[in-house]
Parts: sequence; structure tokens; C-alpha cells
Amino acid sequence: MTTMSTPLGAAVWDALGTVADPELDEPITDLGFVRSVRIDDDGIEVHLRLPSSFCAPNFAYLMASDALDALRGVPAIGEVTVRLDDHHDSDKINAGLAADAGYRGTFGGEAADSLDQLRLTFLRKAHTAAMERSVERLLRSSAWTLEELGWLTLADLPASPSTEALIRRRRDIGLRSCGSDRVLVDDTGTAVPFAEIPLRLRFAKSVRISIDGNAHFCRGLLATRYEDSDPHGLVRQVTNTRRST
Amino acid sequence: MYEKDGQRYYVVDAHIALWDARESNQRNVHGKQFIDCFYDYHKNLSPAEELWDYDLYTYYGGERLMKDVFVDGYVDHAIFQPARLGEFYNTGFGQTEEAWALTQANPGKLTYNHNFDPRYEQAGLDQLRRDAERFGLKGVKLYTAEWHGDSRGYKLTDRWTYKYLEVCQELGITNIHIHKGPTILPLDRDAFDVADVDAVATDFQGLNFVVEHCGLPRLEDFCWIATQESNVHAGLAVAIPFIHTRPRYFAQIIGELLYWIGEDKIQFSSDYALWTPRWLIEKFVDFQIPQDMTEYAPLTTTAKRKILGLNAARMYGLDVPEELRIADDGEPGLEVAAGAQEALAS
Repeated sequence: MTTMSTPLGAAVWDALGTVADPELDEPITDLGFVRSVRIDDDGIEVHLRLPSSFCAPNFAYLMASDALDALRGVPAIGEVTVRLDDHHDSDKINAGLAADAGYRGTFGGEAADSLDQLRLTFLRKAHTAAMERSVERLLRSSAWTLEELGWLTLADLPASPSTEALIRRRRDIGLRSCGSDRVLVDDTGTAVPFAEIPLRLRFAKSVRISIDGNAHFCRGLLATRYEDSDPHGLVRQVTNTRRST
Repeated sequence: MYEKDGQRYYVVDAHIALWDARESNQRNVHGKQFIDCFYDYHKNLSPAEELWDYDLYTYYGGERLMKDVFVDGYVDHAIFQPARLGEFYNTGFGQTEEAWALTQANPGKLTYNHNFDPRYEQAGLDQLRRDAERFGLKGVKLYTAEWHGDSRGYKLTDRWTYKYLEVCQELGITNIHIHKGPTILPLDRDAFDVADVDAVATDFQGLNFVVEHCGLPRLEDFCWIATQESNVHAGLAVAIPFIHTRPRYFAQIIGELLYWIGEDKIQFSSDYALWTPRWLIEKFVDFQIPQDMTEYAPLTTTAKRKILGLNAARMYGLDVPEELRIADDGEPGLEVAAGAQEALAS
């Protein structure tokens, strides 16, 4: 096993790092979903894996096709091949990826329209959870009270990873992020009415617990599933035999 | 019955199975994939001393079930919730004949719930009537991600599902246990979406809808729906083993459930043989919300007694010994959870 120490290797890893599990709101590289990367003179082959054979096939497809798109954006990468291993729909998804068949071409009659709405649903959940994390942190560490949160603007949030994460999630669902914009907003960017804030925040907390809990469980399950083949944890197999990078 | 610190608990395990996933019963690779997935769940969330070997896990039989659930497991009454998975296993995953024979051989101990699949249309509906008579059905287990020919799932709002639920209402099959799985049509939608539960709960007020593993991985959507529908309940299958590996996460799950839907509508289930009930019951009775989680009220002994058995006993009309009952249990009008009150008021 070698590392991603070459410029191309690093670019590949960065590209894969832009692909997130929509349900867990984390990069596939952090989740251990990238099983192997093989770079040679002709191109690259990446294998993905998931915590179970029965993970939802639509999310599996989304991640695999997002990985394909992200890798194709890497300069001078050559031919890109992405494969999903050990899934009940591996054959169908891999055939679709190989043929560039798209979502509808891959799933045929099982696909009605597109996965855009599904993706949006989970981007909204990710925003809701990020909003709750930011506000919860603020309530614990400052003089802000629940009653005052309706006045809270982005400029009031401290510079921190959770604030950055919130702004990123806002951008993902098309919300503007000026300093004067309210923090507690609905999916369309409309400020939450003062009277509804406690309930909305309570619900946002449930969303956050759900996402965090699922992410942790999926990680654990992946480790259990592959503990025999990866006894030392989730090592990624990387080989780079390209001569000119 | 379980006793700890002078307090006695009547225990109903509301979700158990007698499955056969041995290679001899597997129809194809998916049968192997399915039981392997279950086994990973088992290995990932069980305490080390409770781990089974793989061969036992694929098939354990009725005698072992009786020992694990009733002799070692403190359970007073258990309810079969069989998944058919006819596309994966020759005689199905849940073993109907074996489970029914066990039910008959142990009067008062077991309730046999069966399943139906609305994609069998009229023939399945006729079968449901025969099954209801043969098994004296009070409930059914629905697995909406069941594969069936080219179809890999159905919705509770499908036209034929409505016909089946109408028959359930007519025949007194009042307890509809729903398991959401990862494939459903069209794939454009979230497979774990519980919106169809919302619709049928509104349209079938005479039925109880128990959402297994409390809607996980969509806890928030489930909680929201359950606040709107008084006949939607939470089954703790799959959620409760987190009590061992991730007690703080379990505290959040149970805290959320108590807040949104309340202590009268949550049912204990081990999901045997995914996990065995003994350690789950022991840990649940010992469990308390961590003190620093001030957002949640403490888990009271009364709530534990209801969750461990009295709630399911009420739903299934089980004869709970006088001394194990709670004085006001069974009175009409369940407590409305704080979250539900707030949600309905807004």
C-alpha cells in the first residue's frame, strides 16, 4: 500500500472528499466508504463500499455517480472507473456507471423522475441540524437566551467550524449568508416567527440527533462488516503505478 | 416477570422471530446478504458475552427460542412479527408453521402475528381472511421493502393496501406493525419516509400503527407524525440495543420519544434473535438519562413498567396479573406528550 503523496493522488483524494453521504452529511472519505484507489497510466479505478448490502440503493447510486463526476473534474486523470462493491444492487449500479446511463438509465422503471428532490430533502435536513448545532453552542457559551434567538443574525455567531458549516449548508440549499441575515430560518430562508422558535428548535434537535446517530451507527456497522478483511480498521488500499506524476 | 430493587415488571417482548436463514433455505445471494446484514447488526451492538456464532444465528429453533425469551429472558409474553422475504428464502424467512406450532404448544405465552403483501391483490386478500381465522390474528407485520417479482416495495397508501387494511379493521386485526426497509418505489423518494403511515393512521382510526425501530433512521419524521396521530406507536426494536454500545445516544432516542409521543405509546422489543431480551431488559431497568442531559426529564419507574410490558399488554388485551398492573392503566385517554401538545397547538 502506498500513500496519496503524489499531486495526482492528493487531487484524487480531495475530489472524493467532496462527495458526501447525503443521509449522514459527511464525506465518503471520512466514513470509510472508499475501499480502494488504483491509479495507472491509463486512468483510475475507485471501489466504494457501504455498511451493508441493503443500504438504500438510491443513496448508493448517488454517491457512486457523484464520485464519478468529481473524479472526472481532476485534470489529466485519464479514464475514470467507479465501482460499488458488495451491494445487493452492485450489478445494476455498476452496469449503469460503466455505461454512463444516468439514474433513469440505471434503474429503469424503478426511477420515476430524478433524485434531485431526494437530495434536496437531505440538504435541508443537514441545514436544520447545522442551525441547531450553532444555536445550541451559542446558548451554552454566551448570554443569549431562547427568547432572544429571533434577533440572532449570522454576524452574532462566533467564527468557528460550526458557523462555517452552517454557512456551507445554507449555500447548499440556496440561502444567502450576509452578516445581517437571521440564523433561525426555515428551508426557504424565511425567519422563524418568535412564537414558533422553541418548537422549531426542539424539532431541529431531533433532526440533528437522527443524523449524528445514523452516522455513528453506519461507521460501526462498516467496521464490523469489514473487520475480517481489514483487521486494523478501515484502511484504504491505494496503489499508484503511474510513471509520470 | 423481572424484579429489581423490589420493583416488579411485567414484560412483553413485542417483536420476536423464528427464522431459518440457513444456506439450505436461501434462494439466492440476497438470502445470504440479508442474514449477513442481520449478523453484522448483532455483532456490532451486542455485548461480547452475548454473541452467537454464525451457524446458530442462521437457525436456532423453537426450543432455544423458549429458553432465551422465557427461561433466561424474563419475558411474560412475546409476539411473533414474521418477515416473509419470499424472494430470498425458499420457505420464507419467518417460519410460519414452526412459530404457529410453538404458539399452540405454549398457551398464553405467545401471540402469532402474520403478514400480508398487498401485491397479491385479491388472492392475498382471500388468504388474509383464512389466516385471520386460522391464527386468530390480532396483528400483522408489514415489511414495505419486501421484494415481489419485479417490484421491490410498496406503500401503505397503495390502493390494494387500503383494501387489506379495510379487511383488517373488519376482522379485528387492529395492530399493524410496520417495518420500513431500504428499497421502495420509486427510488426518487426516501425509502424510510414514514409519510404513508401518517395517511393511513388518519384514514384508519380503528387501527393501531406500531412503527418498528421507532422510525429509525428517520426518528424526527416519525416523532413528528406520531404527534399528529394518536394511533401511532413506537416499537423499540433495533433502538434499544444502543443502550449498551452508545448509552448517551439511547438516552437521546428515548428522551425524544418520551417528549414527542409519551410513555404510553412506546413498546419494548428485543427483535429476537437479532438480540436476546435478557440483557436488554436488565440494562433498561437500570438505565437513567445522564444528569447533564438536562433537556430530558428522568426516566421514571412507571414509564419503564409501561414500556417494558404494560403498553403492549393493553394493545393486545393480555391478562396482566393484578399485582403487576398500574392502578390507572387501561383507563381511556392516554397522556398526551409535551411535544405533541406543543405541536398541535402551533
